[in-house]
Amino acid sequence: MITRVIAIASNTLTDLIRQKVFYFVLIFALILIGSSAFMARFSFQQEFQILKDVSLGTMSIFTSLLAILATARLLPQDIEDRTAYTILAKPVPRFEYLIGKLFGVLALLALSTLIMSALFCVVLYAREQTVMHETMRQMAAAPNEQLNDALRVVRESALKIDIFAVIVLIFLKACLLAALTLFVTTFATTNIFTVVVMVFVYFIGHLQETAREYWLQQQGAGWLTQMFLALVALIFPDLQAFNLVDAVVAGTAIPLALFFKTAAMGFFYTIVYTLLAIVVFYGKEL
Amino acid sequence: MIRLVLVIVIVIVFGAARLPLERNLLAQDRQLHLRGTQLDLSLREQIGQLGFVAALSGFRSIIADIVFIQAHVAWERTEWGRVFLLFRQATTLQPRAILFWDMAAWHMAWNASVAAMNDQTLPLAARLKKQREYFAIGKDFLERGIKNNPDKPQLYEALARLYKDKYNDHEHASEYFAKAAAQPGAPSYDKRFSAYELSYCDGREREAYERLRQLYDAGEKERLPTLLRRLKFLEDKIDIPQDQRIPKS
Repeated sequence: MITRVIAIASNTLTDLIRQKVFYFVLIFALILIGSSAFMARFSFQQEFQILKDVSLGTMSIFTSLLAILATARLLPQDIEDRTAYTILAKPVPRFEYLIGKLFGVLALLALSTLIMSALFCVVLYAREQTVMHETMRQMAAAPNEQLNDALRVVRESALKIDIFAVIVLIFLKACLLAALTLFVTTFATTNIFTVVVMVFVYFIGHLQETAREYWLQQQGAGWLTQMFLALVALIFPDLQAFNLVDAVVAGTAIPLALFFKTAAMGFFYTIVYTLLAIVVFYGKEL
Repeated sequence: MIRLVLVIVIVIVFGAARLPLERNLLAQDRQLHLRGTQLDLSLREQIGQLGFVAALSGFRSIIADIVFIQAHVAWERTEWGRVFLLFRQATTLQPRAILFWDMAAWHMAWNASVAAMNDQTLPLAARLKKQREYFAIGKDFLERGIKNNPDKPQLYEALARLYKDKYNDHEHASEYFAKAAAQPGAPSYDKRFSAYELSYCDGREREAYERLRQLYDAGEKERLPTLLRRLKFLEDKIDIPQDQRIPKS
């Protein structure tokens, strides 16, 4: 079973890498991350903050975009090319086929996140070194203690371990979106339909927290409002939970327990949406 | 049909099962100030429709950065009203960014207030009034910044400087330097500055002397020229016996 899933996943990955959309999205993201170093030249704290905001924001939007676009075309393309029929005619259960496809997309997402993270780290490190040299030059006459304090502040403003936690959460959010897109593609009739639905899901997912809290706290609202809010809270994932970029860039540390809880939530969502996709795909007439 | 019902049931059951988990996560996030910004209609009015949509989709900090850059441009053009509005937006969008509060207060209390005083088209009384208003705006930015970031020493420090430089209020300056010193990661000079400021307060000379003396006794590292000068001044003022005074340098 594992061999078959790996074979489907690696084929899916190769196929996705060959697509122009992957390069287009990735190159665009890399340009944005690379250029974030030149966007603003204020004090070094401001510069690092803007650099991190822009880079992590770019990573978040492009991994999400890639997850939706790459997954949306998987099934319709395979059905159109008749590849799906060839594979499923062999002793390959439908769930293996679907899981293989999803793993292919997840591998693509992991690869793009790694590339973007590597560039981000290089850009941030380069800026950090420049600022360190400038500080050392400016404070050449200052006592050692003051110089060390200044260098410590520069180092603390640049790369922190929490940034990697945020990158993992960005990746998990993309995995969740990929699984949800896969679920939508199992009943969608066209690519466009899936992408449009997922764009709405993306926005509503970021508002789910507001709807959920309003539903659970405001008992005075009318039953129609309550029902609508309940539906939003129950159906859509809470994407805001994965958006810890703002706080981390501002210097707030993420406790390890909280990071694991959020990550576990991401896994949980991905598994459930994949299961839903499998249930619907088993009933699909091919 | 059965499959459709099954899918709907799974979605609802899964939704209901994750509700307490999500709420628990939200409560923890809020406790740690990880998800603090309330996206409401007042923010919508401030940042416009597009900005609001972007903020809703998880790009709050990028929008805040763009607004911050716009505020910087407005400052270069000395459009003070616009600087104030843009900083209000930036701080609302990203209340955990110390830098935004600090810069907003600095532009208002230092730059805009000086520009107001230099405005020769207005009579002196109007200029003074405007200057005081800008001080108050700067102070308000810092106080709100502290409310949003009670554990960060930088904003207490900035507020202390504002009291010292703009209001000439050494008592409050000393109080906020002391508060800054009490925060984790505060620089060592905050404690010293608090004692310096206290040494200028009438009626609190004895307390100031004790705090400065304590710093002096802490070792050579603390015996900086200002500390020695203020300590000698207080020794004379409160008439400390000769044998208890610090040696003349």
